[in-house]
Amino acid sequence: MSDERRNPVIAPGHTFATVTDKISAIVLTRKTPTHWLIPFAVASTLLMVFLWAVTYLFVRGVGIYGVKIPVGWGWDITNFVWWIGIGHAGTLISAILLLLHQTWRNSINRFAEAMTLFAVACAGMYPVLHLGRPWLFYWLFPYPNTMGIQPQFRSPLVWDVFAVSTYATVSLLFWYVGLIPDLATLRDRAKNHAARIIYGILAMGWRGAASHWQKYETASLLLAGIATPLVISVHTVVSFDFTVGIVPGWHSTIFPPYFVAGAIYSGFAMVLVLAIPLRAMYGLADMITPRHLDNCAKVMLATALIVAYSYVFEAFIAWYSGNPFEMYAIWNRMTGPYWPQYWLLIFCNLIFPQVLWLRKIRTSAFWLFIVSIDVLVGMWLERYVIIVVSLHRDFLPAAWGMYSGSIWDKATFLGTIGLFFFLFFLFIRSLPVISIFEVRTLLPEADVTEGVEK
Amino acid sequence: MSKPYQYLDLAAVRAHLGSSRGRDYWRSLEELAESEGFQDMLEREFPRQAAEWTNDTAGRRHFLKVMGASMALAGLGACTRQPIETIMPYVRQPEEVIPGKPLFFATAVPVAGIATGVLVESHMGRPTKVEGNPEHPASLGATDAIAQASVLDLYDPDRSQTLTYLGDIRPWSSFLGAAREALNAQIPKGGAGLRFLTGAITSPSLADQFRTLLAKYPAAKWHCYEPAGRYAQLAAARQAFGQPVNTYYRLASADVILALDSDFLCTGPTSVRYAADFASRRSVRGNQIAMSRFYAVESTATPTGAKADHRLPVRAADVEAFAAAVASSVAASGAAGSQTATGPHAAFIAALVKDLAQHRGTSVVIPGEYQSTAVHVLAHAINAALGNVGKTVVYTDPLDPNPVDDFESLRELGQDMDAGKVEMLVIAGGNPVYNAPADFGFTQRMSKVKLRIHMGLYADETSEFCQWHIPEAHFLETWSDARAYDGTITIMQPLIQPLYFGRSVHEMLAAFGETPSQSPYDIVKGYWNRQHPGADFEDWWRKAVHDGIVPNTALPAKTVALKTGAVTPPRPVEGQGIEIVFRPDPHVFDGRFANNGWLQELPKPLTKLTWDNAALVSPATAERLKLQNEDLVDLEYRGRKVRAPIWILPGHANDSVTVHLGYGRTRAGRVGNRAGFDAYALRTSDAPWFGSGLAIRKAGSKFTLASTQMHYDMMGRQIVISGTVEEYRKDPHFVKERAEEPPKELSLYPGYKYEGYAWGMAIDQTACVGCNACVVACQAENNIAVVGKDQVQKMRAMHWLRIDTYHKGSPDNPETYFQPLPCMQCENAPCELVCPVQATSHSSEGLNDMVYNRCVGTRYCANNCPYKVRRFNFFLYSDWNTPSLKLQRNPDVSVRSRGVMEKCTYCVQRISEAKIEAEKEDRTLKDGEVQTACQGVCPTQAIVFGDINDSSSRVAKLKAEQLNYSLLAELNTRPRTTYLAALRNPNPEIEKA
Repeated sequence: MSDERRNPVIAPGHTFATVTDKISAIVLTRKTPTHWLIPFAVASTLLMVFLWAVTYLFVRGVGIYGVKIPVGWGWDITNFVWWIGIGHAGTLISAILLLLHQTWRNSINRFAEAMTLFAVACAGMYPVLHLGRPWLFYWLFPYPNTMGIQPQFRSPLVWDVFAVSTYATVSLLFWYVGLIPDLATLRDRAKNHAARIIYGILAMGWRGAASHWQKYETASLLLAGIATPLVISVHTVVSFDFTVGIVPGWHSTIFPPYFVAGAIYSGFAMVLVLAIPLRAMYGLADMITPRHLDNCAKVMLATALIVAYSYVFEAFIAWYSGNPFEMYAIWNRMTGPYWPQYWLLIFCNLIFPQVLWLRKIRTSAFWLFIVSIDVLVGMWLERYVIIVVSLHRDFLPAAWGMYSGSIWDKATFLGTIGLFFFLFFLFIRSLPVISIFEVRTLLPEADVTEGVEK
Repeated sequence: MSKPYQYLDLAAVRAHLGSSRGRDYWRSLEELAESEGFQDMLEREFPRQAAEWTNDTAGRRHFLKVMGASMALAGLGACTRQPIETIMPYVRQPEEVIPGKPLFFATAVPVAGIATGVLVESHMGRPTKVEGNPEHPASLGATDAIAQASVLDLYDPDRSQTLTYLGDIRPWSSFLGAAREALNAQIPKGGAGLRFLTGAITSPSLADQFRTLLAKYPAAKWHCYEPAGRYAQLAAARQAFGQPVNTYYRLASADVILALDSDFLCTGPTSVRYAADFASRRSVRGNQIAMSRFYAVESTATPTGAKADHRLPVRAADVEAFAAAVASSVAASGAAGSQTATGPHAAFIAALVKDLAQHRGTSVVIPGEYQSTAVHVLAHAINAALGNVGKTVVYTDPLDPNPVDDFESLRELGQDMDAGKVEMLVIAGGNPVYNAPADFGFTQRMSKVKLRIHMGLYADETSEFCQWHIPEAHFLETWSDARAYDGTITIMQPLIQPLYFGRSVHEMLAAFGETPSQSPYDIVKGYWNRQHPGADFEDWWRKAVHDGIVPNTALPAKTVALKTGAVTPPRPVEGQGIEIVFRPDPHVFDGRFANNGWLQELPKPLTKLTWDNAALVSPATAERLKLQNEDLVDLEYRGRKVRAPIWILPGHANDSVTVHLGYGRTRAGRVGNRAGFDAYALRTSDAPWFGSGLAIRKAGSKFTLASTQMHYDMMGRQIVISGTVEEYRKDPHFVKERAEEPPKELSLYPGYKYEGYAWGMAIDQTACVGCNACVVACQAENNIAVVGKDQVQKMRAMHWLRIDTYHKGSPDNPETYFQPLPCMQCENAPCELVCPVQATSHSSEGLNDMVYNRCVGTRYCANNCPYKVRRFNFFLYSDWNTPSLKLQRNPDVSVRSRGVMEKCTYCVQRISEAKIEAEKEDRTLKDGEVQTACQGVCPTQAIVFGDINDSSSRVAKLKAEQLNYSLLAELNTRPRTTYLAALRNPNPEIEKA
C-alpha cells in the first residue's frame, strides 16, 4: 500500500523498545522540562482565578454573572455545553474508532480520552455554579430522603444529570481500564520507590499474561460498546435542555443531530489543539503523524458540513413554518443587536474551515492549529447565539432585553480553561500521553501472520 | 379598703415618662410606684405581693425591675402597642385580637392636604397594608399608588426619630420651654413676629386650632405653600367667579370628556374616583355596547392621554389657544352663523365641538391641574356654555379653610423674612428650602429669622436651616381629620403609637395655646364634640371613626356665575423656541416620597423609568437636536442651569421638554439622596408650570437610566387585541379570531378535571389606566424586595405584576395600550415541565404553586415562561437587617432569600385564609370574598378574580364575554389569566393620524 508508506500511522524505524522508552521517558524523568513548567504555571494561575471567582460567587450570589430576566442563562450554560461538546471527540476516538478497527486512533486515544474526562469535569462545574442555591445541587439526584420527594423527571435538567454522570463514569472507567497495561509498564520501569508503589497499586497486578490480555480485550470491547451510544446520547440529552423549551430558536427538532455533530466538531478541534503542541514539545511527531492530522481534519470537515446543513435548514424551516416567532428569532440573529456574533459564528464554523478541503492545510500542523482554534471559537459562539440570542427576544416585546457577560462570567470561564489545562498537564507529567501498548500493535513487529516467524 | 379606688391615670403617667430619660425614667417609675393609684392597682392585681411591696425597699426595687418590662408592654415604654385611646377597628372589636388574624381600621391618606379614605390592615398592632374604603367617595374601595406606598413611610428607618436643637437631642419639655419663651415675647406685639408655614390643610380641627391661636396672636400670619398644589384651580376660581371655589367632576354622567392637559385619571386625590367613574362609562358588556368618548389634549404624554379616543399633542403654552378656540366655537355653536375655528387643529376642534354640543349637560371639560389659570377659566366658561354645571361639574366651597395662592403666600412670607419682621417661624410639614421657587431665595432668607422651628417626618433640607426639629407623627400614628375632594370628612385614627417620639401638628399648636398637654385624641374629639354636642356624641363618634367617613359632610354644591370679562383673550406665547414644562412626579410627587423605596422603584407610566427623573422630549424634537436616550444635557432657563438626562417619550408635544419635580434631593434619606436632578432649581414663581425660552446644550456624556421596558412595539403580534366599538358591534368575533386557542381535544392526554374551586382572573384592558396602584399593592402584600437602580438597570426588578405598555402607530402620536401582567397560572404551564426539583407544581384549584424552599435556582422555569412573569432573587434582595422594615412585612407571606424564584401566586395566602374561614363556617366561598391585592386596589376594577367554576361569579361572566381572549393562546398554555380586548370609541369625523 503506497498510501500507507507515504502516510504512515507511525514513523518507520520504531521497535517495541523504542516506543516504550520514548513515551515512558516523558513520565519517568527526574528533570521536569521548562516547556512543561511554564504552561503548568499559567494553568495554575488561571485555576486560582477560578477558585477566586467561585468563592465570590458562593459568597454573593449568582447575580455577579450577567444573567437577568429574560436571559436567565448566559455564559454559564454556554460554557457548560461547550465543554461537554468538546468531550465527545475523546469518546468517539476511544470507543467508536475502536469498534470500527481504525487503528490510527491508537496514538491519540489516550490523551483524547483524558481530554474528555477533564472537559467533563469542567463542564460539570457549571450545573452547580449557575444555581441560585448551589449548596442544594444534590436535590437533582434521586436519592432516598426524608422529604419524600424525587426530582421532577420530565425536566431535561434531570436527564442531564443522568447523562453527564453516566458519561463521566463510563469515560473514567474506559480510560482507566485502558491505562492498566501502561501503568504496569511504568511500575516496572520506574526508579522512584514511591512511583513504583503508586503505579503498582494502580496497575492492579497486571502481569501481561495472555489471560490478562484476553480479559482486557473483552472489557475494552464491552466498554467501547457502552461508550459508543453515549457519544450520541449525551449531547442529544444536552440539546434537550433547549428543544424541550418553548423559546423560539430553542424549540427545534434538528437540535439533537446538530448538537452531536457540533460536539464532535469542537471535540476534534480540541484534540488537534492539544495534539499539535504536544507532538512538537515532546517530539512525538513520529507517532502523531500527518496522517493523524489528516484524519482528524477530515472528521472535522465532515462534521462542519453537517453543522452547516443544520444552520441552513434551521433558517429555512423557520421561514417555511410561517411561525412569526420562529421567523423573527432567526431574523433577529442575523440582523438584530447580536448580528456580529452570528456572522462571526458563520465565518468561524462554516466559511473558514472550508480550507480543510485542501490536503496541504490538513497536513500542516500550523494551519490546522489555526483552524482548530477558529472552530473552538465558532462553536462557543454557536452556543452563545442559541442561548442568549433566543432568550433575549422571545414572545412578548415588553420583556425583551440585552445581555452581556460580566467580568465574573469571563473570569469563571478562563478559570475553567485553567482547570482543564492544570489537569491536563498533570496528566502529561504523570501518565503516558500515548497508549504505549496500543501503539506497539501498530509496529510491523506486531504483525504476526500464521506460519511466519519474525 | 374603705377608701375609694384611685385609678391610675395612664395618660398622665405616659406623658410624664415620655419626657424622662435614663435614670430620670427609673426615678419616674419609682414615683409612679409611690402614687396612690399605682398602689391601689397593685393591691387589686397582686394582693399578696402588695404587702411585701409597701414595707420593703429592696422588695420594691426588685418588683420594679420585674414589672418594668410588663409596664413597657402595658403602654408606658416606647415599643409597638395599640394606642391607649379607643380606636375603632373596621371589622371586629379590639378584644378580638387573634394572632394571625388581621384587623382593619378606617383612616385616610392625606396628600397635599386632601384625603382619600382607606382601610389599613393591621397585624398584631402593626399596620402592614393599605386598602381602599368602599364607603368613601374618593376611594370606593380602591387606592392609588401613593396611598399604597404610604405605609412604608411609617417604617422608614431614615425618618427623624428624635427632637433636636441644633443637632442635639432634647426632650419635648425643652422645646416647649423655648417656644413658650419666644411666644411670650410675641404677646405684647400681638404676634407680629410669629409666622406659620404649612402645606395645604383641610383638617377642620387643625383649622380650628389655628383660628384659636391666631385669635390669641392677631398679628401673626398663617402661610400655606404647596409646591404642587391646586393653586391654578383656586386662582382661576377667583378670576372666574370672584371667589375661591372647589371644583370637581361627576364623570359617571359624562358622555363626552375633553381633557385640557389633565392627567385626571392618574394624578391627584381625585384620580381614583375619576378613574372609577370614567371606566364605568367605558365598559362594554354583553348587550351594553355604548362607550363614552374622550378627547385629550396634552403636552406631556400621560396615561390619561393614552386612554383617550383622540389625543392631540399640544405644547403646554398652546393649550390656552386651543381652549379659547373651543370656547368660542362652543359659544357660537348655539347661535346662528356659527364661527368656525381656524388655525391648526381646526378640523379636530370642529368635530370636537360638534360632539360636545350634541351632549349638553352630559359633557365635561377638565382643565389640567398644572395648566395656567386662563385654561381653567376657559374650561369654566365652556362647561357653563354647555350646561354642564350641576350635572357633570360641581362647585363647592373650598376644601381648605385657609385658601391662599401658594406662591403669593410664600412670597409674602419671604418679603417679611427679608424685612426682618419674622422672629419666630414655625414650619409644620413642608420643605420650602428644597421646593420653594428658585427666584425666591428662600434658603438665604432663613438666616434672617431668629427662631426657626421645623416639624416634619424627616430631618430634611429645611430642618438643616432650623434650630428646632421636631419629628412628626406619620398619619398612621396620630389622630386627625381631613377632607376628601368633595368635602367628605374622615376622622383619621392612628393604628400604632408613634414609633419614634413623633408629635402631630395638633399637639404642637395645642402646646402653643392655652391647653398645652392636650393629646391629639382630645383635640380632635374635643373639636367634634363641639360640632355635635349632645348625648349621642359617643355613639356618633364611634360610628364615624369606625366607618371612616363623617356622614353628610360632602360640601354642598354651590351656585356661582361667571364674571363678565373673566375670560381674557389668550396671551401671545412669548418667544418661540422650546418650552419647559414642570410636573410633579407621578410617584414621588413633589419630592416628599423621595425616600420611599417602593415609589422610587415603581416604573413611571409610559417611560418606565425608575430611580431617576429625566428631561422628556418628543421623538421629532430629539431627532432635530440630535439627542438620544440617556444623553446628558444642560437645561438653561432664565439664567439658571441644571444638568439632566434625556428620555424620548413618544407622543410628547414637539418643542417642549417635561421635567419632573421631586428629585435631586440632598437630605431625603438613603433611598432618595442623589436620585435624579433637581427641577425646582429652574422653576420660577411667575410661571410655575411651564415657560418658554429653554435652551438645551449637550454635555457630551451619557447618564445611565434604569427603565424596565425597552421595546414598545407589538411587532405585529396579537398581544393587546384592540379595536373600536363600531368594529365590535359589527363583528363581535374579531377578538377570538385573532387569538385562536388550540382545541382541548388536540392532546392525547385527558385534561385534569378541576372540581371544587378553580381560580381565574380576567383583566379588562379597556379599563386599565396604567396608574400602577396594583403593582405597589402586590409589592406591599407579598413582601417584594426593592432591588435598587443598578439591579433594575440589569433587568432584575422584582415586581411580580408589571404593566406592559405598547405603542401602535406613529411615534409622534401613538395609540398606547396598557397590559397588566401577573402570572397567567397556566393549566399547561411550561415552567412546571422544566423545573428539575419540582419546586413549581400545579394545585388542584389551578394555581401554579411556587415552593420557595425547594427551589435551587436553575432559572429554567423563567427561561421557559413565554410571558416572563417569573422573578429571580439574583442576590439577597430582601432586607433582613433593618428592624423597622421587618414590621411592615406581611406575616402570611415568606420573605424570600437568595437564589429562589418567585412570582405572582394569585395571593394564595388570601385564598387560604378565606377557605379556612369558610370551612370553619361550613360553607363555600362567595364570589368577591377573596380579592387579590391587585384586584382590591384597582380604581377601575380592571382586574377581576374569582372562581371560574362558579358560573355566577364576575370572573366567569367576564370570561364568557366575546372580548375575552388568552394571551399567546396558540402556545396552548391555557392561561387562567385572560384579557378583555381594549376598545376605543373614536369620532368617525376625525381621521386618525
